[in-house]
Amino acid sequence: MRLVLVGTSHHHAPVELRERVALDRERGAELAARLAAAGGEAVCLSTCNRTELYVAAADVDAAEQAAVAALAEIEPEVERALYRLRDHAAALHLFRVAAGLDSLIPGEGEILGQVRTAYDAGTTGMLLDRVFRQALHAGRKVRAQTAIGESPASVSSAAAALAEQVFGDLDGRSILLVGAGKISEQAARNLLNRHARIAFVANRTIDHAQDLAQRFGAEPLPLDRLEDQLASADVVVSSTSSPGFVLDAATVARALHARRGRQLLLIDLAVPRDLDPAIHDLDGCYLYDIDDLEAIVSETLAGRRGEAERAEAIVAAESEKFHEWHASLDVVPAIASLRAHAEEIREAELRKAEGTLGRLDESQRRAVESMTAQIVNKLLHLPIVRMKQAAAAADGVIYAEAVRHLFGLGEDER
Amino acid sequence: MAELLFWPALLCYGEAAVGYLGDMRRPGASGRAAIWGVRLGWLAQTALLGVQAARVDGFPWSTWAGSLNLFVWFVVTVYLGVRRPYRLLGLAVMPLAAILLVVARAGGGTGVGARSHYSNLFLVLHVGLVLVAFAGFTLAAALSAFYLWQERRLKRRAVTILRRPAPSLATLDRLASRTVLVSLPALTLGLAVGLVRLLSEGERVDAVVAATAVTWFVWAAYLVLRAARGWTGRRAAYVALAGFALVIVIRLALPAAHFA
Repeated sequence: MRLVLVGTSHHHAPVELRERVALDRERGAELAARLAAAGGEAVCLSTCNRTELYVAAADVDAAEQAAVAALAEIEPEVERALYRLRDHAAALHLFRVAAGLDSLIPGEGEILGQVRTAYDAGTTGMLLDRVFRQALHAGRKVRAQTAIGESPASVSSAAAALAEQVFGDLDGRSILLVGAGKISEQAARNLLNRHARIAFVANRTIDHAQDLAQRFGAEPLPLDRLEDQLASADVVVSSTSSPGFVLDAATVARALHARRGRQLLLIDLAVPRDLDPAIHDLDGCYLYDIDDLEAIVSETLAGRRGEAERAEAIVAAESEKFHEWHASLDVVPAIASLRAHAEEIREAELRKAEGTLGRLDESQRRAVESMTAQIVNKLLHLPIVRMKQAAAAADGVIYAEAVRHLFGLGEDER
Repeated sequence: MAELLFWPALLCYGEAAVGYLGDMRRPGASGRAAIWGVRLGWLAQTALLGVQAARVDGFPWSTWAGSLNLFVWFVVTVYLGVRRPYRLLGLAVMPLAAILLVVARAGGGTGVGARSHYSNLFLVLHVGLVLVAFAGFTLAAALSAFYLWQERRLKRRAVTILRRPAPSLATLDRLASRTVLVSLPALTLGLAVGLVRLLSEGERVDAVVAATAVTWFVWAAYLVLRAARGWTGRRAAYVALAGFALVIVIRLALPAAHFA
């Protein structure tokens, strides 16, 4: 059984092409089942950045052709953007994908779940089970042993992560949105994902505030009532198109008395800025504008790229383990035959000595049996280890043939 | 035997201090090694204290250096209790533990000394409770120092703030105040036991007693100001550091006559 991968990704195809070959879970599962119908195995991994078919089959050329044809049937133009990988290279690619190393943003965590979903929906057997399980393990290991996925990769997720640096768990923390546009909404969603509560939406046009407030279960506010709610909010996110400040330092300073020392994080996503920079100098207030957040994101992305080197080493080691296992499959039948042959000889010799052994008591008989088994095991140990090593170095088939020849192992055992 | 146990304890605490420094620069293996250093060092020091107690057949930590040895053990024990989510806290606690253990040894506090003429019950209540409280204050001060460092990063808008995340300001502040809330009653009780004995025997108040009373007022003020005036965050952290400075003065700078 060999492994073949046919697919395309953001490295090879523009989004217009990728979206035409993107498959949902059901269609991916159907396609995998169709490719595996001839006795093989198949998994379809389809995300917004890639569509890949992993197929395990005895006839690797036919499997590759079938996979290419299947994708070309969905979108003929994709054929020129397809890559084709086999065996070790295909496995290494999957491991890198699961670890987030092949993603647009290095280390992004969503891909691991997508690989898991694709594996669950696939038609798998011994080979794909092994390669996908090991890929998931490699992905988890990379996330546990490196910091590649710990830092946010967008301004709005950086804002939410900053809120966690101030407040810890955001569960129940109160958010005041100033401005009802797309940017506010995106920032709000990142905070909501961390269980914060959008308490107020303030906007110059109250109708717009009402729309957004209704979606988040928040209270709409006109801008002139902003000060009233500053005492209760934990995070203020502002992104209006106002030409001047919507909140100045004196207003925030007045609200601080009622806050009794509670910290206040203010995120200014607007250009020109909505929030007076002097607010940052107030005790317990932390103000970050779009430039600050972009500098943080840029730094964390640089950090991700640095961590990627460590992640590559982990992935390479895991891939090597898979390679050794896969290569050992070449010699497994020969090893099994050798063991069976040796055991047969041992049992035959014990039967021959039955007359002598008959005079021994039960414990003595067990000692003799144990001793003969140990002799056989010790004799076979080194040849078997060497065969496995040879298999990893691609000489496994030659060694297996030599063993069959030297020990006279029957052809029917293959 | 006690000597044999001192060295592994010191080596492990030292390794933990270095490990936490490495973890700060690059999170991962050195942090895990540091945690094991704390655990193994704590086990070695626990065994050391056990041997000391067995040899004296009582409470052998009533001397200045002996009580310092026990103080270090309490500090590490309290740290182990809260360590899990605050690995970086070890960076403040473990170097201090290693240094104080060396000072305790230099003063003869890790060997087997003579038994005190005070009763075991009095020593456990007075010395034990005061040291538990001081250990709690040490941890609260470490948390407060950590708070000030994290707050400074937020105020300076450090670009690495998310690359090297630390416990949140709110968490550090809350944990420090809870630690003080538990430690202050222990100090109150320990002080009260000492004062009762002092009065019953007609002895004079010495510098250690006076400084401990001042320390009590500072930590009580920490709690009162939080509750009554909303002194949380940076201001509370400064009060905690002032309280800790007094703890260090009592432990290291005042005459050892009180412990005789």
